[in-house]
Amino acid sequence: MSQPDANVYYVPHKSRWPIIAVIGMFLFMAGAANWLNGHDLSGKIVLTLGALTIIGMMFGWFGNVIRESMKGTFNSQVDTSFRMGMMWFIISEIFFFAAFFGGLFYIRTFVVPWLGGIGDKGVITNAYIWQGFSATWPTNGPQAVGGSFIAGSPWGIPLLNTLLLLSSSITVTIAHHALRIGNRKRLIGFLGLTILLGLTFLCCQAYEYWESYVHLNMTLHSGIYGATFYILTGFHGLHVTLGTIMLIVMWLRCLRGHFNRENHFAFEAVSWYWHFVDVIWLCLFLFVYIL
Amino acid sequence: MSSTAQAIHHEEHHQSFFERWFMSTNHKDIGTLYLLFSFLMLFVGGSFAMLIRAELFEPGMQLMQPYFFNELTSMHGLVMIFGVIMPSFVGLANWMIPMQIGAPDMALPRLNNLSFWILPFAFILLLSTFFMPGGAPAAGWTMYPPLVLQGGESIAFMIFAIHLMGISSILGSINIIATILNLRAPGLDLLKMPMFCWSWLITSFLVIAVMPVLAGAVTMMLFDRFFGTNFFNAGAGGDPVMYQHVFWFFGHPEVYIMILPAFGIISEIVPTFARKPLFGYKAMVYAIACIAFLSFIVWSHHMFTVGLPLGAEVFFMFSTMLIAVPTGVKIFNWVTTMWKGSLSFETPMLWAIGFIVLFSIGGFSGVMMALVPADFQYYGTYFIVAHFHYVLVGGALFSIIGAVYYWLPKWSGHMYSTFWSKLHFWSSVISVNVLFFPQQFLGFAGMPRRIPDYNVAFADWNMVSSIGGFWFGASQLILVGVVVHCVFFSKAKATSRVWEHAYGLEWTLPSPAPHHSFTVPPVIDDSQLAHGDVSH
Amino acid sequence: MSSSNCKRRIVGAGAAFGALLVSMAAAANPVPWQMNLPKGATPVSQQIWNLHMAALWVCVALGVLVFGAMFIAMVRFRRSKGAVAETWSHNTLLEIGWTVVPVLILIGLAAPATLLTREMYNSTDAVMTVKVTGYQWLWRYDYISYDGKPVTKVPTIYSRLAADSNAARQLDSGISPYSIKAPDGTNDYLLDVTHPLVIPAGVKVRFLITADDVIHGWWVPDFAAKRDAIPGIMNDAWAKVDKPGTYLGQCYVLCGQDHSAMPVVVKVLPREEFNAWLTAQQNAATLDKAARTARVEPQQPVPAKG
Ligand code: HEA
Ligand code: HEA
Ligand code: CUA
Ligand SMILES: [Cu+2]
Repeated sequence: MSQPDANVYYVPHKSRWPIIAVIGMFLFMAGAANWLNGHDLSGKIVLTLGALTIIGMMFGWFGNVIRESMKGTFNSQVDTSFRMGMMWFIISEIFFFAAFFGGLFYIRTFVVPWLGGIGDKGVITNAYIWQGFSATWPTNGPQAVGGSFIAGSPWGIPLLNTLLLLSSSITVTIAHHALRIGNRKRLIGFLGLTILLGLTFLCCQAYEYWESYVHLNMTLHSGIYGATFYILTGFHGLHVTLGTIMLIVMWLRCLRGHFNRENHFAFEAVSWYWHFVDVIWLCLFLFVYIL
Repeated sequence: MSSTAQAIHHEEHHQSFFERWFMSTNHKDIGTLYLLFSFLMLFVGGSFAMLIRAELFEPGMQLMQPYFFNELTSMHGLVMIFGVIMPSFVGLANWMIPMQIGAPDMALPRLNNLSFWILPFAFILLLSTFFMPGGAPAAGWTMYPPLVLQGGESIAFMIFAIHLMGISSILGSINIIATILNLRAPGLDLLKMPMFCWSWLITSFLVIAVMPVLAGAVTMMLFDRFFGTNFFNAGAGGDPVMYQHVFWFFGHPEVYIMILPAFGIISEIVPTFARKPLFGYKAMVYAIACIAFLSFIVWSHHMFTVGLPLGAEVFFMFSTMLIAVPTGVKIFNWVTTMWKGSLSFETPMLWAIGFIVLFSIGGFSGVMMALVPADFQYYGTYFIVAHFHYVLVGGALFSIIGAVYYWLPKWSGHMYSTFWSKLHFWSSVISVNVLFFPQQFLGFAGMPRRIPDYNVAFADWNMVSSIGGFWFGASQLILVGVVVHCVFFSKAKATSRVWEHAYGLEWTLPSPAPHHSFTVPPVIDDSQLAHGDVSH
Repeated sequence: MSSSNCKRRIVGAGAAFGALLVSMAAAANPVPWQMNLPKGATPVSQQIWNLHMAALWVCVALGVLVFGAMFIAMVRFRRSKGAVAETWSHNTLLEIGWTVVPVLILIGLAAPATLLTREMYNSTDAVMTVKVTGYQWLWRYDYISYDGKPVTKVPTIYSRLAADSNAARQLDSGISPYSIKAPDGTNDYLLDVTHPLVIPAGVKVRFLITADDVIHGWWVPDFAAKRDAIPGIMNDAWAKVDKPGTYLGQCYVLCGQDHSAMPVVVKVLPREEFNAWLTAQQNAATLDKAARTARVEPQQPVPAKG
C-alpha cells in the first residue's frame, strides 16, 4: 500500500480477525455458561477453545495493526480515530464500575438503614421483618449471611496498594516523557518499574483475598459487604491484570524499538488505561475501604 | 485518483462471497448485514408477538402453558429491543453517516465488522435457551430478581448474550463517534451536519454510558446465581430493588437510544417533502442534547410503586415531565417545517407523518404516567404496554421503515413500487391503532400486563387488539415484497438525487452509491445541506 | 369460546358500551368494553381519577392542536395544489412560546399531583393495620391492630384463587371462563378467591405490604391502594373506603407462571358488621369450622398443570 496522503482517506483491507474474534467470544461465553450450568467437561473444553481463539486472534489482529503502523500506512486521521476509540472505551469502562458503585451507595444510604429501622419505611421493615437488626457497616445483613466476619483494615495492605498504584502512575508518566524526548534507557527502565509495581499490587491483593478468606471469614458469601467488596475490588483487580499484561506487551515493543517520539499511540493508550485503573482504585480505597 | 483509492477499487472486484460478507471492512456491506439481521429478528420477535396475541385472543388458556407465555413475552421484548430496533438504527448509521459527512467509510472499519458479527452469535445464545431444560428466560425483558433467579439453565446464557450485545453496541457507538468527530469532510462543521448524524452522535454517548451499566446489573445477577453473593437478598443486607435502580439507570436512556435516531430520520424526511428547510435546526440539536441529558435523571419513573421515599417520587415526576418540553420542541418544529411548505406525500413522508402522530400519542400517555398518583393506577397494566408500543412501533419502527423507503433507491439504485409501499403504510397505520389503542382501555380497566389469561370483562378489547395484531403482522409481509422487488426485479432506475428536494451529501453520489462513498473529501456547498443554508 | 358466548357478548356489548361512556361509577368489577379508569371508592381514588381526566384532556387538547395544525398544513400547502415553499426557518418568538407554554401546562399538572402524592404517602392515624404478604401464588393477610389495640386470636387469612376459576384456567379444561359466576351473577373468572380480606368501612386502613419469595404487587384499583410486595422489605399503603362492598384487584408484578392467578379480593363491611365478624373470628373455638371465613389450613398453592 502506498504512503499515507493527508488528503486521502485510509480504509483497511478485508480482515479475517473480527470474525475469528467473534467465534472466540461465542465459544468462550457458551462454554462458560455450560460450565456454570454444571456441564463441567463440555463447558471447560469449549471455554478453553474460546479463550485460545481469542488469544490467537489478539496476536493476529494486533500484529496486523502493528505491522501497518510500522509501515506507516496510517495517516494522522487514523491515529485520531484510534485515540477516540480508546478514550470512549475507557469511558464505557468507567460506567461499568459506576454501576457497582451506584449499587453500593444505594445499599449504604438507603437499604441498610431501612433494614435497621431508620426512616418511615425502616420502622415497619425493621419491626415486622427484621426485628433486632441495627444498621451498621460493614454488615452481612439481618440474617448474618455467611457468618460473622471481620473487614480488613484499610491502613494495611490497601494503603500499601494505594501507594503502589499511585507511584506506578508516576513511573508510567516518566516513561512516557522519556519516550517523547527519546531517552530509551529511561523509558525501558521506568516502564519495567511500572510493571513491577503492578505485579506487586496484584500479589498484595491476592494475599489480601487469601487473608480475608482464611482468617477473617470475609468471603463473597459475607452478605452485602462481601458481595460489594469482592465485585468492586475483583473487577478492579481484573483490570489491573489486563493493564499489566498490556504494559508488558508495550515493554517488549519498546525493547524492539517499535515506537518513536511522535508515533506511539499504543503506548499512550495503555498509559491512559493505567491511569484509569488508578483512579478507580482511589475511589475504591475511599468508598470501599475507608468509609 | 490517488493510489489508495485505486487500491480500494481494485479490491472490490476480487472477493468471494465469504470475503465480502464475513470479512468486510465496508460500511455499506456491514450496514446491509445489520439491516438484514434486524429484519430477520423482526420476524422472530414478531412471531412471538403473534403467539402472545393468539393466546390473548380470548379468555381461558388455549395454546400454551402460562410459563411458556412468560417466556414468549420476555423474549419478545429482548429480541425487539436488542435485535430489531437497536441494530437497525446502527445499520442505518453505517450506511448513511459516512455518506452524509463525506467520508469513505467508518473510522474503524474492522471494529465495525466485529460489532456486527457479535450480534448473530449473541442471539444464537439467547434464542437457544428455548430448547434448554427450564426453557427461555421468563421474568420479562426487565429480568427482575428474585424471580429471574428461579429460571433454569437459561440464566447464564441470557446474561452472556446481554454482555455480548452490550459489547457490540458499545463498539458500534465508539465507531460512530469517531467517524462523526474525525471523518467529516473539511468545511462540514458540526452545526452543518445532517440531523441524522447529530442524533446518532448523541445517541452514541448514551450507549457508551448505559450499556456498561446494564452489563453491571446482569453481572451482579450472575454472581447471585452462581457465586453465592447476595446483592438482591434483603436478609443479607441487599435489596431486590437495587437491581431495579441499576437496571433502569440503563433502561430509561435505553428507550431514548431507541428514539433519538428516529428523530434524526424524521428531521431528514420532513424537509425533503415539505421542500422547505428544517425549522429551528439548532433548537433541534439542543433539544436532542437536552433529552439525552434528562434521560439520566428520570429512571425511577419506572419504579413509582416500589416504595420510593416521597421526595424521590416528586423529583422523578418533575424531571420526567420536563422531557416533554424538548420533545415538544421537536414535534412543533416538524409541523412548522411543513407549514407554508410545498408538500407532497411520497411513501417516506407518509411514514414520517405517521410517526409524528403515533409518537405523540405515545408521548402523551408517557406524560400521564409521569404523574405519580396517576401512575399508581397505571403501573403494571396494559396502559404501559400501549404507551411503549406507540413510541416503539409507531415511533421507532415507523421511522426505520420510513428511512428504508427514503434511502432504499439510493442503496439499490432502483425505485420501488409506489402502490405497494403506500398500501403497506395505510395497512400498517390503521392496524397499528386497532392493535394498540384498545390496550389503553384495557389498562385503564385494570388488566395487568404479562398475563396469559384474564377475566371475561377484558375479552372484547383483547379480541380487537389481537385482530389488529394479526393484521399489522401480515402487513409487514408487504414490506418484504416491496424490498425484494426493488432490489432484484425493479427496472425503474433511481436518479442520484432520488427525491426532488433531497439535500445533503448522500444525494450527490450516484445511485447505487459506489462501494467506498467518498475516496477524497468532497467540497461542501452550504446550499446543498439537508436543512438549507444555516447561516441565517 | 363457544358461538353462543360470542353472540351473547356482541348483543350485550352495544348497551354496555353506551352505558360505560356515561358513567363508570362504583362498579367494582371491570366491565366489558370498559374504556376508562374506575372512579373508585376512596377519596384518593376519586382525586386520582380527576387528575387522570385532567391530564387526559390536556393531552387530547394538545393532540387536537398539533395534529390539527399539521392536518391544515397538509391540506393547504400541497404541491399538487400549486403551493410554493417559503424559505424561512426561524421564529424566535414562536420558539420561546412553545417552550414556555408547555412548561406552564406541566406545572399545572404537577402541582396537584405533588399534593396528592403527599396525601397518599401519609399513612398516619390509621385505625386498622393489616399485613399483606405475597407468595407464589396466594396472598396472606394478618390483622395487626384495630382501634389502637393489637388484634389477637384472629386466624391468618390465606387468599388463593377460587377453585372454579382454577379448574377453568387449566389448558384444555373444557370449562368456559364465561361460566364462572359470582353469586350475584357477575363473572368473576380469575378475580375470585377462597377467602377474601375483610376490612371495616369508613376508617383508615393501613396495609403493610411485603412478600416471601419473589416480588408481587398488591393492588385494588378502586382503593388506589397499590404497592410492590418485595421480599425482605416492608411497604405500606392505605385506604379509607366509605362504601361497603366487595372490591377486586390483581397482582400486578410478574411473579412467575401463575401471575395471572393471584387476585386480590377485599370485602368491606359496615363498621358494626365488621366488629361482629371480628369477634366471631376471635371466638374461633366456639365456632363451627365451616362457618369461619378466615381460617384455612396453610397449604401449598395449586399450580397450573404442566
Ligand atoms: C422509544 C421509547 C420510549 C420513549 C420515547 C418514551 C417516552 C416517554 N416515556 Fe416511556 N416507556 C418506554 C419507552 C419509551 N418511552 C418503555 C419501553 C416503557 C416500559 C418499560 C417496561 O416496563 O417494560 C416505558 C415506560 C414509561 C413509564 C413507566 C410507567 C410504568 O411502568 O408505570 C413512564 C412514567 O413516567 C414513561 C414516561 C415517558 C415519558 C414522559 C416520555 C416522554 O419522552 C414523551 C415525550 C413526548 C411527548 C409528551 C409528546 C410530544 C410533545 C408535545 C406535543 C408537546 C406538548 C406536550 C405536553 C406539554 C404534555 N415511560
Ligand atoms: C421494540 C420494540 C417492539 C416492537 C416492534 C413490538 C411489536 C409488537 N408487540 Fe411488543 N413488546 C415490546 C417491544 C416491542 N413490541 C416490549 C419491550 C414488551 C415488554 C415485554 C415484557 O413485558 O417484558 C412488549 C410486550 C408486548 C405485549 C405484552 C405482553 C405481555 O404483557 O404479556 C404484547 C401483547 O399484545 C405485544 C404485542 C406486540 C405486537 C402485536 C407487535 C407487532 O408490532 C409485531 C409486528 C411484527 C410481526 C408480526 C412480524 C412480521 C410478520 C410475520 C411474522 C408474518 C406472520 C404473521 C401473520 C401472517 C399474522 N408486545
Ligand atoms: Cu404475584 Cu404477580
Ligand atoms: Cu423511562
